[in-house]
Amino acid sequence: MYETNYHRAGSLAEAESAIAAAEDGKFLAGGQTLIPTMKQRLAAPTDLVDLRHLGELKGISKQGDGSIRIGAGTCHADVAGSPEVQAAVPGLAALAGMIGDPHVRYMGTIGGSIANNDPAADYPAALMALGASIETNKRTLAAEDFFTGMFETALEDDEIVIAVTFPACAKSAYAKFPNPASRYAMAGVFVAKDDDGVRVAVTGAGQDGVFRAGDMEQALGANWSADAIAGIEVPADNMLSDIHGSAEYRANLVKVMAKRAVASLS
Amino acid sequence: MSSEGIGARVLRKEDKRFITGAGRYTDDMALPRMGYAAFVRSPHAHAKVKSIDASAALEMPGVDAVLDGHQLVGDGIGNIICGWMIHSKDGTPMKMGAWRALESEVVRHVGQAVAVVVADTQQQARDAAEAVMVDYEELPAVVDSLDALADGAPQIHPEAEGNLIFDWEIGDEAATNDAFAKAKHITRLEIDNNRLVPNPMEPRSALASYDKAEEHYTLYTTSQNPHVARLVLSAFYNVAPEHKLRVVAPDVGGGFGSKIYIYPEEIVCLWASKRVGRPVKWTSDRTEAFLTDAHGRDHHSTAELALDADDKIIGFRVSTAANLGAYMSLFSSSVPTYLYATLLSGQYNIPAIYANVKAVYTNTTPVDAYRGAGRPEATYLVERIIETAARERGLSPAEFRRKNFVCEFPHQTPVIMCYDAGDYEASLELAMKAIDYDGFPARRAQSEAEGKLRGIGMSCYIEACGIAPSKAVGSLGAGVGLWESAEVRVNPVGTVEVLTGSHSHGQGHETTFAQLIADRFGLPTANVSIVHGDTDKVQFGMGTYGSRSGAVGMSAIVKALDKVEAKAKRIAAHLMEAAEGDIVIEDGEVKVAGTDKKLSFTEVALAAYTGHNLPEGMEPGLKEGAFYDPTNFTFPAGTHICEVEVDPETGQVTVVNFVAADDFGQIINPMIVEGQVHGGLTQGIGQALLENAVYDDEGQLLSASYMDYTMPRADDVPSYIVDTTTTLCPGNPLGMKGCGEAGAIGAPPAVINAVTDAIGDNSMSMPASPAKVWSALQKGGMKQAAE
Repeated sequence: MYETNYHRAGSLAEAESAIAAAEDGKFLAGGQTLIPTMKQRLAAPTDLVDLRHLGELKGISKQGDGSIRIGAGTCHADVAGSPEVQAAVPGLAALAGMIGDPHVRYMGTIGGSIANNDPAADYPAALMALGASIETNKRTLAAEDFFTGMFETALEDDEIVIAVTFPACAKSAYAKFPNPASRYAMAGVFVAKDDDGVRVAVTGAGQDGVFRAGDMEQALGANWSADAIAGIEVPADNMLSDIHGSAEYRANLVKVMAKRAVASLS
Repeated sequence: MSSEGIGARVLRKEDKRFITGAGRYTDDMALPRMGYAAFVRSPHAHAKVKSIDASAALEMPGVDAVLDGHQLVGDGIGNIICGWMIHSKDGTPMKMGAWRALESEVVRHVGQAVAVVVADTQQQARDAAEAVMVDYEELPAVVDSLDALADGAPQIHPEAEGNLIFDWEIGDEAATNDAFAKAKHITRLEIDNNRLVPNPMEPRSALASYDKAEEHYTLYTTSQNPHVARLVLSAFYNVAPEHKLRVVAPDVGGGFGSKIYIYPEEIVCLWASKRVGRPVKWTSDRTEAFLTDAHGRDHHSTAELALDADDKIIGFRVSTAANLGAYMSLFSSSVPTYLYATLLSGQYNIPAIYANVKAVYTNTTPVDAYRGAGRPEATYLVERIIETAARERGLSPAEFRRKNFVCEFPHQTPVIMCYDAGDYEASLELAMKAIDYDGFPARRAQSEAEGKLRGIGMSCYIEACGIAPSKAVGSLGAGVGLWESAEVRVNPVGTVEVLTGSHSHGQGHETTFAQLIADRFGLPTANVSIVHGDTDKVQFGMGTYGSRSGAVGMSAIVKALDKVEAKAKRIAAHLMEAAEGDIVIEDGEVKVAGTDKKLSFTEVALAAYTGHNLPEGMEPGLKEGAFYDPTNFTFPAGTHICEVEVDPETGQVTVVNFVAADDFGQIINPMIVEGQVHGGLTQGIGQALLENAVYDDEGQLLSASYMDYTMPRADDVPSYIVDTTTTLCPGNPLGMKGCGEAGAIGAPPAVINAVTDAIGDNSMSMPASPAKVWSALQKGGMKQAAE
């Protein structure tokens, strides 16, 4: 790790001013990606502004409209174990419980995960499929507008994720096939069905990060069953290919995981 | 025998300090004024080093020195050696390229060290290492052994034309060809053995210091064999003569072979400690471990098995290309030759065997012994082709094996080894019963009903441990003897210290070795200390690898114990005025048989040291040493059976049942043996399903971290069923055979035989990753559709 200056922010305002004063500052949330990257000398921020102690970023609450607001600093284990989340968005609780291992789930946060937008991270699939909204210290963004590409988001350098709000969705599920080595998603598919229709989002497999699977959404809208997916051809064109699997293999996994997510709900 | 004697499940004495974080590893050591080393490493797999500019680095804070290969060679530090001479079939000696601890002319693999920085802190040293400017001229690289042998391949070392290090053979080629000419059935297989990265939990580390007043060096290091390290550092690398060099290997967190060798970093730390005038410490990070710890395996082979009309094996022919990487590591040449091809007879009567092995340089990390070392490669070849032949002939795998088992001992194979004892049928039967082999069809039907494929595969392995005797290995090219030494010191108060040349880096020697004393004298193991890993304390030793600490190391202790026991009995007989032959030692007491006369063990020990009343002419003291050189290898053997379930939609293989029925001869501590088997099986399953070192065409290691290199985790393996059968090894006093590597040797073919049984595609290679299995099933599906 290169030398860096650590700032423990006591409030949002302190965090904002610390990052403004830094030459090349980075916000630190759970640190599950940033710290290992820094240890490998692949990242070298001059300043780290630690958001882990901000009360403003904590907590899970049910809103008046039934949606669930999760503070950006909430760790995965708390989302997985929350009775409110389990009742309102069961697929989201299940997804949070599948991230990494127990160490990661007690350190990693939802805000940190989506701000990093690793193409193989789990949360982006849930945010996209559920139509979540992301509240920052500057504005509120729809998930569709937030994720802009592999490791890319609409966040500005000094923008801090405050919370993520998920509409309630009783019929929601996530199925993931983990990379054998890293256990990140090689293909993770989140399906959500409500009165407005079906939404399907895919993480881990696409070259440009998380994406919506329009064909599957239409097919499942017309026929809510795993069989509906059987006839769909998932193109391999924009899939990742690496030592763990070809684009064709990932395309297959997307289909299989989608089937399994739907099957788990029926 | 006491409750802690031979056969008792004594809890590991060492675990308290390991589990509570109180273990002391090399990186825990600190010396006054210590500096830290960081290495400047090549980012290229093959390149000329045009210049090294350290001027910017030398200006950086805390930097003491930047040293490179010119200074190293100038100071007379010798090239890194390979300790086993192999001759090609034409009689020429192996062609070895020069390996310098710091390379200043041509780098030959990514991660090779070209310079070292010594600074006040580790961070300063690393910062400065990045600031050392090395100008490289890239050369074409080659990473695969077959590509490296092809015409026009990049030439890696001038000494080895066409990158061929040796072209070695074993067995009778003409007799084998005759067998094939007469064969009624021939089974052929192309088999790869995937390259593995050893990944001990503790990375390598070295802390070297030079005492100017005494002109004496001390090296703390992560070594499986500190005495061998001292010998080689002294005799070949000219760091210091042996009496001016102490090597200490304190607690070591796993080795699996990778900590046998003396690497460039340890040599450089020693050399730099004198040059810089302060102790120098280096600890590998995980990336450096991936790039520089000697890798394992990496064979391409073709194998052919000849059968007669009665399905008896009449010949076995093998051709192997062994990738040794960019340099010849310490025992690299012995692994694909005498540790490999001598086991090609497996558990079978095979009248004619011929193997040809080409060892090849490539632009990859050097390859050397890794848990099993040659024997897993042999076993994989034998057990894959045996299973395949059985399937081709429509015989059950067990029936075909039984037909060809060696049943009489001693059995001389056509490839040097003479098997001394075994009962292969017994372990096969035990394993089949334990896994309920007969119930498999029902389990398969159940899986199929659930949309899964199920397969079962077996592996009847044999391996050779306790590599010996010294005279024999010397004649085969070994540069060292392979005996072991021990010293048993009974203190005046009756406690015991056992000094051993074996080295424990996870094996539990502090417990198992102490059980020998408990067994012999009835003393509690708490009264026994095992002293190892320090050249200043233990006179000499060959260290721990090849499952030799039991069969060889403990045999040396037994020999020393015999002498101690004899002397204690003489003293006791004298004190109690009895005949020596009437003295027995049990439960910590020395008794005159058939009487109530007795002395405590402590009283006898004290008498030995007071010297007030000893037999006429006897020297005081109660301390004896012994060197033990075995008469033969030992031959652990057994049957492993693996049952897998395959998800055809994803290609995911799940090991649902695994049985190991092993014959390790005499077992001292069954709990520790089971632990060894569990660990070995997990590494074997890791090789078969998960682990793979992958290079791209430019020689970059793509799987250089745990993001891409799949280490087995607890949920990747089932609860093992392990059991043993026993035939005692006639070659050593305890009848021990060795258990450290059997799991890693036996498991891979059992797993792949099960996978190929499940998916019906015999071409599956290791690791049988989900993507590969899925793709094989797709091809199978297309083939079926076409038919």
